[in-house]
Amino acid sequence: MSPVLKLIAQRISLGILLIFAVSILIFAGTQILPGDVAESILGQSATPENLANLRAELGLNEPALSRYFSWLGGIMVGDLGTALTSGTSISDAIGARLGNTLFLAAVAAMISVPIAILLGLLAVRYKDRWPDKVISATTLASISLPEFFIGYLLILVFGVKLGWFPTVATVFPEMSLGARLNAVMLPALTLTLVVLAHMMRMTRAAILNVMQSAYIETAELKGMTSFKIIWKHALPNAISPVVNVVMLNLAYLIVGVVVVEVIFVYPGMGQYLVDHVAKRDVPVVQACGLVFAAIFIGLNLLADIISILSNPRLRHPK
Amino acid sequence: MATDQTEKDFLDIRDLKIGVTVREPGEPPRDITIVHGVSTTLEKGKVLGLIGESGAGKSTIGLSSLAYGRGGVEITGGEVFINGRDILKLSRGELNNLRGREVCYVSQSAAAGFNPAHRLIDQVIEASLEHGLMTKAEAEDRARYLFEALSLPDPDTIGERYPHQVSGGQLQRVMTAMALCPKPDLIVFDEPTTALDVTTQIDVLAAIKNAIDVTGVAALYITHDLAVVAQVADEIMVLRNGEMVEHGPTSQIIEAPQEDYTRALVSVRSIVHPEQAPTDTPLISMENIVAGYGNLVTVLDDVSVDLHPGQTLAVVGESGSGKSTLARVLTGLLPARSGQITYEGRTLTNAQKDRPLEDLRQIQMIYQMADTAMNPRQTIGTIIGRPIEFYFGIKGAELKKRIGEMLEKIELPAEMASRYPAELSGGQKQRVCIARALAAEPKVIICDEVTSALDPLVADGILKLLLDLQKRENVAYMFITHDLATVKAIADSIAVMHLGKLARYGTKEMVLSPPFDDYTDLLLSSVPEMKLGWLENVIATRKMESAGN
Repeated sequence: MSPVLKLIAQRISLGILLIFAVSILIFAGTQILPGDVAESILGQSATPENLANLRAELGLNEPALSRYFSWLGGIMVGDLGTALTSGTSISDAIGARLGNTLFLAAVAAMISVPIAILLGLLAVRYKDRWPDKVISATTLASISLPEFFIGYLLILVFGVKLGWFPTVATVFPEMSLGARLNAVMLPALTLTLVVLAHMMRMTRAAILNVMQSAYIETAELKGMTSFKIIWKHALPNAISPVVNVVMLNLAYLIVGVVVVEVIFVYPGMGQYLVDHVAKRDVPVVQACGLVFAAIFIGLNLLADIISILSNPRLRHPK
Repeated sequence: MATDQTEKDFLDIRDLKIGVTVREPGEPPRDITIVHGVSTTLEKGKVLGLIGESGAGKSTIGLSSLAYGRGGVEITGGEVFINGRDILKLSRGELNNLRGREVCYVSQSAAAGFNPAHRLIDQVIEASLEHGLMTKAEAEDRARYLFEALSLPDPDTIGERYPHQVSGGQLQRVMTAMALCPKPDLIVFDEPTTALDVTTQIDVLAAIKNAIDVTGVAALYITHDLAVVAQVADEIMVLRNGEMVEHGPTSQIIEAPQEDYTRALVSVRSIVHPEQAPTDTPLISMENIVAGYGNLVTVLDDVSVDLHPGQTLAVVGESGSGKSTLARVLTGLLPARSGQITYEGRTLTNAQKDRPLEDLRQIQMIYQMADTAMNPRQTIGTIIGRPIEFYFGIKGAELKKRIGEMLEKIELPAEMASRYPAELSGGQKQRVCIARALAAEPKVIICDEVTSALDPLVADGILKLLLDLQKRENVAYMFITHDLATVKAIADSIAVMHLGKLARYGTKEMVLSPPFDDYTDLLLSSVPEMKLGWLENVIATRKMESAGN
């Protein structure tokens, strides 16, 4: 097997192993919470008799290990269990909401990633001159402001004053793509402003690091223009760190959008999770936790694989 | 066009002054002049060798013909005319038109100078395309023609490879092809063979010389090695501390140097060390050593050598021959897989961590890079005093006295004890490392390429000191080097290593006398000699191809 395939296979199997480890952590974590589901469902009306009945009904008397395996077995076939509070299938509920979250994240990523990399390149080209300083200062300012502040600011300006975009990001399955884009524009812009600075600064740092290399001097002494040197000679060698930070931010766009979803009343995963944490619906919390963990691990895995593929020494062995 | 410029002098450097701004933390920036008004001219198609020690300003002058200053270096005065215009007055856009079109550059390390992310051919033709000199097809044809002229293997396909897929010697030739591709008027060669093994160096040198002849390009050839530049240059300019010492035709510089400094450069390696006969009982015997990294790579294969008290065993070979690994096995840092090390008649434990302190004290090391071998935050006194304290438990006034004695031995003033490594010159730093090794009062010192990073005259001083100390302290050296001139100067016995095996081993007299095995012959014949026409002669008479080919 070629070394690249071997490395990638290794990474993928490690990723799968990691997801299993996380599933154990999530399950164990919910077990050591004080009280149990039966208590929280019954609340004030809990009598010892009621509790015992409900526990038997929910299978809570089984040993933890067998409950873990039956949970895991369900996940393997796509069954994330049943929500205690509503009695509906968690898989169905998550299916629709995960789609919404991914759509919002994708729109935010499509706006933020190209802008971040372009700004990073510009900052390198005009290093220590005014464009660099303006880019650094504005992106830093946008990352320093809390998400809810940016969110409400955008609502005020673009929603209320200018009336360009709706202030509440309502989406439903029958919506056309255009209407959907229009609806998520404000939350997507909020997210963009939050993740832009991190990616842009990392791009700038990674490329500046490469700019110290001897081959950059070679290119300069060939009479290449600055931007061509950065684009053709520096960027390809900075892909690995750039991709890593991009993936981290993509993961944040998916798993960290709770606040933004609440502000814009967007029917995504974050809202779903927050609702059910409040109701102590443990199976839903477990399922959401696992989905988020899988996405996080998956994106980082993708970053690793892209890094491996971007290395010519691995792609073209001696 | 400048009024007094003749038609044939297309390069005309006048009173060039170059400075650098040094910014040290806590001090106001200082301007230092590193080139003090150097002038020269060059005719089309001629090669001018710029020679000098580090700090002589030779690279800086070379780069000024591309109007380029490396790091904080700035051209502060003078004029550089190329094809009739002063390139120091050009705008950034006009400079981009000069670089890679009229003047090209070949750097010391092609391994670092090539972008690892792109195929060789794309980098070779890049400048030609950037300046619109040829179509892509024409440029690729020219690249393949140049690959052939530089005797690269598979000239039609080698360009498809990535930089890491070809050897160092090949890469240096590809870089020469890259410089020649846009048909420039001038190429600046900046130490193009310095980083190569000696047997690879002559192939690259021959290829470069041939390519210069075929294309008729003019060149500035920068090097610290007079014997190398004598093979390719028409004229030589000797530089020292940013000033010109002497400038003349190559034959005059080599055969009849006018200045004392040039004479010193020509006659360097004047050490004569009469060989000592091996004793009956060797101090250290390494027998049938097999060693390697991991379980797969075997670097040393059945190597046996003896080290005699107060004598020098020189271990020579090219990079990858296993010579440094032999030293690591002796110190125990890399335990041998099999084989035995005997020290004064008893067996030495293979692994360093299992050896008693007394055994560790007896074998000390000096490294190639004195810079990285010393803690920059410790004073010289602390560095030299550490082994005295560690092995002998000496402290306080007695320790201070001993440090003073050590400094005296290495011919440095006692005040040095309070200085930091960064304040010392390269040669002084290496002397401190010698003192640190000697302070443990060892029977054996392993010298790993201790003079390779030093200028020839400084290296000479270090070798003299080492021989002198050997006589007084009766310490044995295992001297690892790729430089045969050094070996000839100081060895009592010699081990020639090739691909992890002993190619030849015995007393100096024996190893350096014919008949030679093919590898030793190749190695010996590859050492550049300070003679005109040496290169052509040796290429014609060699028995074996070098590995880097």
